[in-house]
Amino acid sequence: MTRISMTVDGVRYDDDVEPRTLLVHHLRNRLGKVGTVVGCDTSNCGSCTVLLSGRSVKSCSLLAVQADGVDITTVEGLAGRDGELHPVQLAFHESHALQCGFCTPGMIMAAVDLLTENPDPSDTEIREGLEGNLCRCTGYQNIVRAVHAAATSMRTSVPSTPEAAGAPAPSMGEEVTT
Amino acid sequence: MTVTEDRAGREVGRDRRRKEDARLITGRTMWTDNVSLPGMLHLAILRSPMSHARIDGIDASAARSMPGVVDVITGRDVADVQGSLPCAWTVTPDMAHPDHPPLAVDEVRFAGEPVAVVAARDHATALDALEAIEVAYEPLPAVMDIEDALADGSPLVHQSLGTNKSFTWAFDSAEEGTGGDAAAAIDAADVVVRRRYVQQRVIPAFMEPRSVVVDPTPDQITVWSSTQVPHFVRFFLAAVLGTPEHKIRVIAPDVGGGFGGKLQITAEEFISFLVAQRLRKPVKYTESRSEAMLSAHHGRDMIQDVDVAADRDGTVTALRVRLLANMGGYLRLLTPATPLLGRYMYNGIYKFPAHRFECTGVFTTTTPTDAYRGAGRPEATFAIERVMDDLAAELGMDPVELRRRNWIERDEFPFTTVTGLTYDSGDYAAATDKAMGLLGYDELRREQAERRAAGDRVQLGIGVSTYTEMCGLAPSRWLGSLGYAAGGWESAIVRMLPTGKVEVLTGTSPHGQGHETAWSQIVADQLGVPFEDIEVMHGDTRTSHKGLDTYGSRSLAVGGYALVEACKRVVEKARPMAAHLLECDPADLEFVDGSYRVKGTPGASKSITECALAIFAAHDLPDGVEPYLDADASYDPVDFSFPHGTHLCAAEVDTETGQVRLRSYVAVDDIGKVVNPLIVEGQVHGGVAQGIAQALFEEAIYDEDGNLMTGTFVEYTIPSSADLPDIVTDRTETPAPGHPLGAKGVGEAGTIASTPAVVNAVVDALRPYGVTDVRMPCTPERVWQAIRNGGGRP
Ligand code: FES
Ligand code: FES
Repeated sequence: MTRISMTVDGVRYDDDVEPRTLLVHHLRNRLGKVGTVVGCDTSNCGSCTVLLSGRSVKSCSLLAVQADGVDITTVEGLAGRDGELHPVQLAFHESHALQCGFCTPGMIMAAVDLLTENPDPSDTEIREGLEGNLCRCTGYQNIVRAVHAAATSMRTSVPSTPEAAGAPAPSMGEEVTT
Repeated sequence: MTVTEDRAGREVGRDRRRKEDARLITGRTMWTDNVSLPGMLHLAILRSPMSHARIDGIDASAARSMPGVVDVITGRDVADVQGSLPCAWTVTPDMAHPDHPPLAVDEVRFAGEPVAVVAARDHATALDALEAIEVAYEPLPAVMDIEDALADGSPLVHQSLGTNKSFTWAFDSAEEGTGGDAAAAIDAADVVVRRRYVQQRVIPAFMEPRSVVVDPTPDQITVWSSTQVPHFVRFFLAAVLGTPEHKIRVIAPDVGGGFGGKLQITAEEFISFLVAQRLRKPVKYTESRSEAMLSAHHGRDMIQDVDVAADRDGTVTALRVRLLANMGGYLRLLTPATPLLGRYMYNGIYKFPAHRFECTGVFTTTTPTDAYRGAGRPEATFAIERVMDDLAAELGMDPVELRRRNWIERDEFPFTTVTGLTYDSGDYAAATDKAMGLLGYDELRREQAERRAAGDRVQLGIGVSTYTEMCGLAPSRWLGSLGYAAGGWESAIVRMLPTGKVEVLTGTSPHGQGHETAWSQIVADQLGVPFEDIEVMHGDTRTSHKGLDTYGSRSLAVGGYALVEACKRVVEKARPMAAHLLECDPADLEFVDGSYRVKGTPGASKSITECALAIFAAHDLPDGVEPYLDADASYDPVDFSFPHGTHLCAAEVDTETGQVRLRSYVAVDDIGKVVNPLIVEGQVHGGVAQGIAQALFEEAIYDEDGNLMTGTFVEYTIPSSADLPDIVTDRTETPAPGHPLGAKGVGEAGTIASTPAVVNAVVDALRPYGVTDVRMPCTPERVWQAIRNGGGRP
C-alpha cells in the first residue's frame, strides 16, 4: 500500500492504495466518482477522460500513485457550486450531442481541454482533437456542433460584465433556438 | 375531432432538448456498474482460450483457497440447475437447436465461452484467482468457413446433430401464389446479373460494457442489467431457472447503447443469478471490453448469392437470393431469425413479378451472431441496392433511372409485394428527387465524366441507395405464425397525480433514444399539461410490468400508440367528473388545452387537473367513476410500418493508394410524422455512421483456429470523429395511415440505407477500371487490390 493525496473536484482525499490500482478505479471505487466511466481496456475509448492539473488524460492509462499530489477535475466537478452548467455541458445539451451518454463525461472533459488549447477551433481541428474519444451513438456531427457552440459562448461571455456573469443559464428541457 | 388534432403542433413536432441529458452531462447517471450494495461480491469469469475443445477437467482448488475468494463455480457444479440459454424463435419445425449451457460443462464451441466463475471480495482478487484455475482442454477441430462446414466430412460443431446445418428456410413466390416462377423467368431473361456479396462479421460495440448486479433477498431477487430487454430477462430467468416469476424483479437502469447487442439473454446474467442464489449474497459482474468483444453476440456474417433478371429496357423480371448465414457456436435469443428478418425485404421498394429466397443457417466455432442494428434488413437492402447498381451498369443505364422503372409509384399504395407484405404508404420519387437536388446529382455526374475523361488519379463515384424497411415489430399474430415465442404488443400507463403532475410508465426500455423526452411531448399534447410536469419511467419490471422493450424501431410506432390510447382513456375517465362539477351532460363537453369546456357556453370550464384532485378526494364522485385518475392501454399493431428514403453518397477514390474519402452524403428519410426532429436527426446521424462503419472500417476477423484477431478497440476500429463526414439530412413526410401519431420508426433507417450507398459510390468510381465489387470493409488495401484485379483502365 502506498499513501497518496489528491484533490478531486475541489475536495482533498488521502488514501492508501495498492500500487497497481488504476486512477480510474481509484476514482470510481474508492472516491465514489462514478460519473467517470470505463469503456475499454486498451486506452482507446476516452470514456474515462478527466482533467489532471487542467489537462485531459485518460484516467485508465495512469496509476493512482502517479496522480499523487495533483488536482483532478471530473465531469462531476465541472458545473459551478450552484449547479450552473459549464458552457461545454450546456452546449452538449443544446446541440443534442449525446444519446446514451456513456461517452459523454469523457467527451465533455476532452472538449474542455481542446477549447483551453484552442479557443476557436475549426471543424477539422475539433474532429482531430477529439479523435481519442469514441462515440457509438451520435456519428459525432452534433458533438462537433456542440464544441463550436461552446467555443462561441466561452469567447463571447465576458465574466467581468455583471450582466453576463449573472445571466442565468437556461434550465434543462427548455427549448432554446440555436 | 380527435384530441391529437386539437393540440397538434404544441409539443409534438418541436425540437425539445432532452430531459435525460441533465444526469448524463453531470455524471449522475445510474449505470449498472455504479450499483454498489452492502456485502456485495465481485465476479470474474474464466473463458475458453480455444474455439473448440473438450473439457477433461478443471482444478479450482488453488483458486478456492486464495484469500478473499469466496467460491469458484464450474459448469459441472451447476450442470443440473443452469438450464440452457434460450433461443426464442424456431424458424423451421426441424431447426437444429442444441443446448447452450451458460457455463460450459463438457465442451467449448467458441473462444471466450465461459467455463468457470470466481466470486471474491473485490474485483482484483477475483481476477487474480482466474489465473490459478487449471483447465485441461482436449483440442477439437475448429470449424470456421460456412461453405466448408456444410461439405460432407466436415468436422462438426455439435457432434450429436450429425450436421453443421441448423435450418433451411425457403420462399418461392410461385409456390406461395404471390408471384411468378423466378427460376423460369431467369432462364428466359434478356439480361441476368449474378453476384456474390459478403456481409462481413461485425461487432455491435455499444460503448457501455455489459454489467449485471443480482441482489437475492429472502423476499425477492433483484437484477440490474445493462440490457435492452428487462422484461425478456425476467421471463427467461423464471422460465429456465425455475425461480417463480413474481420473485424476480429486473431493472435496466441507464443503459449505454445497445444497437441490438443488448437484445439478448446473456450467459453472464444467468451465471450471476446462479452464483447469487447459491451464495445468498449480492454479486456484481462487469465485463471488460475484451470480454465484450468475445462474448457479446456479433452481427451480420453471411454470404449472399443474388441473381437478378431483367428486360433490355430495365424492367426487372425476377430476383433470386440464396443466403448462407453464420450462426456461430450456438443459437442465442434471435440468432436464426436475424437473417430471416430480412426475408421479406430483398425486393426492396420494387414491383418484381417473381422472387425466390432461401436461407441456410450454419454452425461454426465462433461467437454466436444475433441482432445488430437493422437485423436482417440492412443485409437485404445491401443486396438489392448493390445488385440494382450492378444491373444498371450492365444495361448502361443511370442507376436512379433503373430504380424509377421498377419502384412502386406513389398512387399504387397500398401495394402488396411479391413477398406478400402490404406496404402502406410512401413516395419514393419525392424522396429521391429531394436527395438528388441536395447532393447536386447532375453536376456531380458531369464532374465524374470529366475526371474519367482526364484519367484523374482521384476518381469520383456516386452511390445510390433507395430503401424501405419493416418497422414497428410486430403484429403478435404474425410473430406467432412464424414460430416466435412472444408477441409484439406494447403498453403504457398514465396517471395524473392529485396535484396535476403526470407519471407515465412505458413498457419500452430506452438506452439512448430519448423516450423520456418524446413521451413527455406526446403526453403534454394529449392531456394539455406542461412538458415539465411529466415524468416518464421505464425499464423496471416492478413498476412498468407490462412491456416488450426496445428494438426493431418499435418503441414509438407501437409503444407510442399505446401511450396515446392511455392518455385518451384518462381524458375520458375525467370527463364525467368534469360534467358533474359543471352540472352538465358529459356529451356537451369538449376537451381543449387541458380543460373541459361546455360547448357554446364561454367561460364554463374545468381543467383536467382540477378533475384529478376531485377524483382523488372522491368525496363526490359521479356514478361509475373510480377514485384516482389513471388508465392503461396496450396496443398490438395490425401491420408493420414502412419507412423509406433515399441516401446518396459521393466518394472520391484515390486510384493509386486505394484511399476512399466521403465527399458528401445526403440522407432523405420518410419516417412519417416526427415527434422530435432533433432526436430524429440524431438517430439518422448515428445510424448512418454505423452503416458507413460497416462499409469502410469494421470487420471481426478470426484466424483459422478460431482466435478472434480483433478482440480490442486497437484492432477492431470503430470510426472516430476524424473518420466520418458531416452528413446532410432532410425528410419527406407521408404519414403512416392508421397510426394516431402518423409515426413509422427511425432507429435503424440510417444503418439500413448507408452501407450500400457508400459501397455503390466506391464501385461506381472504379467501374472504368473493370471493378464490379469491393468486399467490405472497403479499406485502402482492398480498394487497391480490386483496381489491380479489375484489369481495366479508363
Ligand atoms: S476506459 Fe477506454 S480509454 Fe480509458
Ligand atoms: S452517446 Fe452513446 S456512445 Fe456517445
